[in-house]
Amino acid sequence: MKGRAISKGKAEGEALVSREAISFLGEVDTKTGVVVNPKHPLFNKCIADKVLVFPRGRGSTVGSYALYQLRKNGKAPKAIINEEAEIIVAVGAIISEIPMVDKLEKKGFKLIKNGSKVLVDGNKGVVEVMK
Amino acid sequence: MHLTREEEDILNGEHGASAAKAMEILAALGKIFNAEKLIPVTSAQISGVSYKTIGDAGLEFLENFAKDGRVRIPSYLNPSGMDLEEWESMGFPKEFARKQMKIIRAYQKMGVEATCTCTPYLIGILPKRGEHIAWSESSAVIFANSALGARTNRESGISALASAITGKTPYFGYHLDENRVAEVVVNVKAKLEDLSDFGALGIYAGAIAKQRVVAFEGIDTVTVDEVKTLGAALAASGAVALFFIKGITDEWRVVGRPERVEFGVGELKRTREELSSSKDAELIAVGCPHCSLEEIREIAEKVRGKKLKRKLWVCTARKIKIKVDKLGLTKIIEDAGGRIVSDTCMVVCPLEDIGFERTAVNSGKAAHYLPSFCKQKVLFGSLKDILK
Repeated sequence: MKGRAISKGKAEGEALVSREAISFLGEVDTKTGVVVNPKHPLFNKCIADKVLVFPRGRGSTVGSYALYQLRKNGKAPKAIINEEAEIIVAVGAIISEIPMVDKLEKKGFKLIKNGSKVLVDGNKGVVEVMK
Repeated sequence: MHLTREEEDILNGEHGASAAKAMEILAALGKIFNAEKLIPVTSAQISGVSYKTIGDAGLEFLENFAKDGRVRIPSYLNPSGMDLEEWESMGFPKEFARKQMKIIRAYQKMGVEATCTCTPYLIGILPKRGEHIAWSESSAVIFANSALGARTNRESGISALASAITGKTPYFGYHLDENRVAEVVVNVKAKLEDLSDFGALGIYAGAIAKQRVVAFEGIDTVTVDEVKTLGAALAASGAVALFFIKGITDEWRVVGRPERVEFGVGELKRTREELSSSKDAELIAVGCPHCSLEEIREIAEKVRGKKLKRKLWVCTARKIKIKVDKLGLTKIIEDAGGRIVSDTCMVVCPLEDIGFERTAVNSGKAAHYLPSFCKQKVLFGSLKDILK
């Protein structure tokens, strides 16, 4: 599926899908990579080494640094797919060198299932779902 | 988005890893906001300086970025988390100070001037009308756009740093004429008697306007400090980046059918009450945004020869403090038991860790942020009220 390249790099991994936005500041423990907000659909799930699929980020711009902290602690997602990127996650992904793609064609965002094997190419803006 | 040959070269790493990353950030922002191209900017003002707000992750990122990142345009810093000279006598934790100094040094290594103020326009940094800049402190952004007629979006600390390193910003938002149009008109019926009234007006209007441009009617005359205070509050309770005052600002453009609201005596009273959560305080803090020379002169006049029963912080830019020292105003304030605080302010320093629980302020912005940022109960009032 063709999308828009937001952050460079290429990575492959298992999809972890959230239908709700994520704030990396406060909602995710940067030491463990576990979602700590009990109201979030990904509560108690670990985002480390996953291809994290979620609509968009939210919260304060300092949230970009939280993503960087996750990366430094080895708990960052391998790649990110957003329905439509906003600046907090986009900047966070770039400074943390996490490949990121958004705006997939033909509502592709909704087709990615939890646990699917996904390849994200942030150089070309392409996502491959390999089941 | 179109990138020039030179911009492509930077993106491909020909000017180093940090410049490449900076260009990647701006290109991504350009895509997200549908900018057609990047444009040159003449200065950058960078937030994300206080160790309290950016933490270890921010510090690590900046030290890494400073390895080969160098600014291309004049670049300035927002307030840090402490007075860089007087932190020890003010009771700041040692470990905090050590990390804070590392952040300052990383910025300095990149060539950023450690002005550590939210009011660069009070220390001679005055972009001209129509000039494109990349500033990130929300109260400085709104002042530059509204009072100076310069053009900037509300940058984040990182995007402003990316602009400092590349000298560019994506061409969208408030850089374009078409977006410099008010959608909310506020008719000010209440009489604004003091800076705190301007702060209350800003808090009220910002909450209604959210991210939209605001136009004020019914304000006859304003001082620089009143515009500064009004803008800071608008940008705190809302995400406002630009406002007009009829008959005062050069720019005045309103959409065909704007939302119209009134700010009367009732709204003023109610907003003032809502900003207050305490009847007393351990600390009186003035200077959000940083005090001008005129404000400090007024404070000195009010406390001359008196002994204050509470601590008093007068927050300002270091360059203004130097002037205030020379004029003998620092001595007057210190003799009364107060102190001039530079490089920081009550909002971005760790007030709660120094042992304060209740703070008295005359700033709408400070009253809005102190409960969440510094866990303070707030006494909001005019300068005269809070000094009492």
